[in-house]
Amino acid sequence: MTLMTRLFGASAALALSAGAALADPAIIFDLGGKFDKSFNESAFNGAQRWADETGGSFAEVELQSDAQREQALRRFAEAGNNPIVMAGFAFATALEEVAADYPDTKFVIIDMVVDQPNVRSIVFSEEQGSYLVGMLAAMASDSQTVGFIGGMDIPLIRNFACGYAQGVKAVNPDATVITNMTGTTPAAWNDPVKGSELTLAQISQGADVVYAAAGGTGVGVLQTAADKDILSIGVDSNQNYLHPGEVLTSMLKRVDNAVYDAFTAGDMVETGFNVMGLANGGVGFALDENNAELITPEMLAAVEVASAGIIDGSITVHNYNSDESCPVHQF
Amino acid sequence: MDFPMILQVLDATIRFATPLLLACLAGLFSERAGIFDIGLEGKMLAAALMAAAVAAVSGSAWIGLLAGIGASLALSAVHGVASITFRGNQLISGVAINFLAAGLTVLIAQSWFAEGGRTPSLQGAARFNPITLPGAEALRGVPVLGPIYYDVISGHAILVYVAALLVPLSWWVLFRTRFGLRLRAVGENPASVDTAGISVVRLRFAAVAICGVLCGIAGAYLATGLQAGFVKDMTAGRGYIALAALIFAKWRPWYALYACLLFGFLQALELRPDMIESVIRIKVQGQLLSALPYILTVVILAGFVGKAIPPRAGGEPYVKER
Repeated sequence: MTLMTRLFGASAALALSAGAALADPAIIFDLGGKFDKSFNESAFNGAQRWADETGGSFAEVELQSDAQREQALRRFAEAGNNPIVMAGFAFATALEEVAADYPDTKFVIIDMVVDQPNVRSIVFSEEQGSYLVGMLAAMASDSQTVGFIGGMDIPLIRNFACGYAQGVKAVNPDATVITNMTGTTPAAWNDPVKGSELTLAQISQGADVVYAAAGGTGVGVLQTAADKDILSIGVDSNQNYLHPGEVLTSMLKRVDNAVYDAFTAGDMVETGFNVMGLANGGVGFALDENNAELITPEMLAAVEVASAGIIDGSITVHNYNSDESCPVHQF
Repeated sequence: MDFPMILQVLDATIRFATPLLLACLAGLFSERAGIFDIGLEGKMLAAALMAAAVAAVSGSAWIGLLAGIGASLALSAVHGVASITFRGNQLISGVAINFLAAGLTVLIAQSWFAEGGRTPSLQGAARFNPITLPGAEALRGVPVLGPIYYDVISGHAILVYVAALLVPLSWWVLFRTRFGLRLRAVGENPASVDTAGISVVRLRFAAVAICGVLCGIAGAYLATGLQAGFVKDMTAGRGYIALAALIFAKWRPWYALYACLLFGFLQALELRPDMIESVIRIKVQGQLLSALPYILTVVILAGFVGKAIPPRAGGEPYVKER
């Protein structure tokens, strides 16, 4: 009898796992956690949107340490999940190892390029989105001086700064762009105190709009900007709601769209190198009830013209990563 | 470089120096009693979280401050039990506290508020807002001194002035009271204190507790004075810089003030590459500016401070009978 029960149990478990193997997509969040109000949360929103619209289900895991990357990838691949989406550049090394072992599984990595036949690499044109918010900053500024506060000084962040500076200069060639990086170590992503002080320093140099691309440090930047009644610009997710009426806009990196598209395509997801720019809704700027009064119709019109120009190629925004230099700004 | 620019840098100096000074004084009490404490960072972090979390819930920065001090005291108690009662290695205990705080703060913040290891943004009375010192407005028009008083000295959170007052208080306690004499003696020669019939263990616990209170104020200032909430790892190495300042200061309160102001000034200077450029007329790389405080630390430590002698019994657990 007990043997029979066990057999039934075993076959039931088998049936369950076979059900799960019906190519449910999976997503792995990076160490920030899926409710980080920024990058990972955006990825989660995309997955959830797919689930709500299709009624499908997806597997997910939040990493607790770096060591779990490869383990999580293999677990999902063994379980038959397909495709497997990874939010974050830090998965590159683990994916290089794992991808070849599961040739029938499709992997999607965001913010990094992994050159394997079954991997889709998605990178974003941050310079294009930053260009647009740079234009808004220049138009909103009374002092003709705007600021940029980056997190860790890496090419990715310089690309944000460079696109921003190009947007500012496109509106007002005489405007001054002040850039500061918080630091040169990963601690620079989580130093809101220094972010605040950098904001105060930029204010004393005349800046009245400050753009933060600095992770947790940006919390301090936006806070101080609101305290001192100047405008700030958020990044990655829509951060307008953090200080309604004081955040000019947010540069959006539509990680949710990238995840949604990958989930929608399912195991037929196209592999290879993929750039998410303005043209395919990968980047943009946030407009909602929190900042509607700050963006005048003229500003909006100007940005829409520029946006169309970037999409049809009549405006090219220089990518800092292409030659490690910026035509309009010296770091 | 003009006068308002200098004022701005000095203003930033005071904000940067305050958490360093509080942590430095905390380390001073602990190390003067012979207990090395590299867990200052972890205690500040735990205090920052609890201060922000409780202030967010209660709406009062003062209740938050008490909670922050409580969290810091709890970690101090762990350090005390490990290194005084059980005579463990003080450095290892300190490192453990740092790791514990780094992990636990994010975990607790996430489970309480589910905002990615952050606390909600604090508003109004839940923060220590800047206060204007008496007479600052009236004296503002006085040339030179007026703006210095108004822009640099006035207009900080109350904890800044608390920290400043703690310097003479620490000096008085350590060098003018019986308790201070005993505390210093316990760091130099605990056996002689024991011979005099005074409890070494009790004195050292008292010192570690004072250290906890001061770290608690430092953490609360970071989260509810300088910022409007807790962000993971927001201490960003300030506990370690405070330890360097302590060596700089040769374990003396007034020198601790000067050392922390110097570190604060260097950090404030780092934010103003434009100012440095206008003075020396060369564009300085940002990376070099970031390294400047550390380079100067090495130069000054090696060249000017002279020999810094730590308390003789520091780091050694006291064993009554061998």
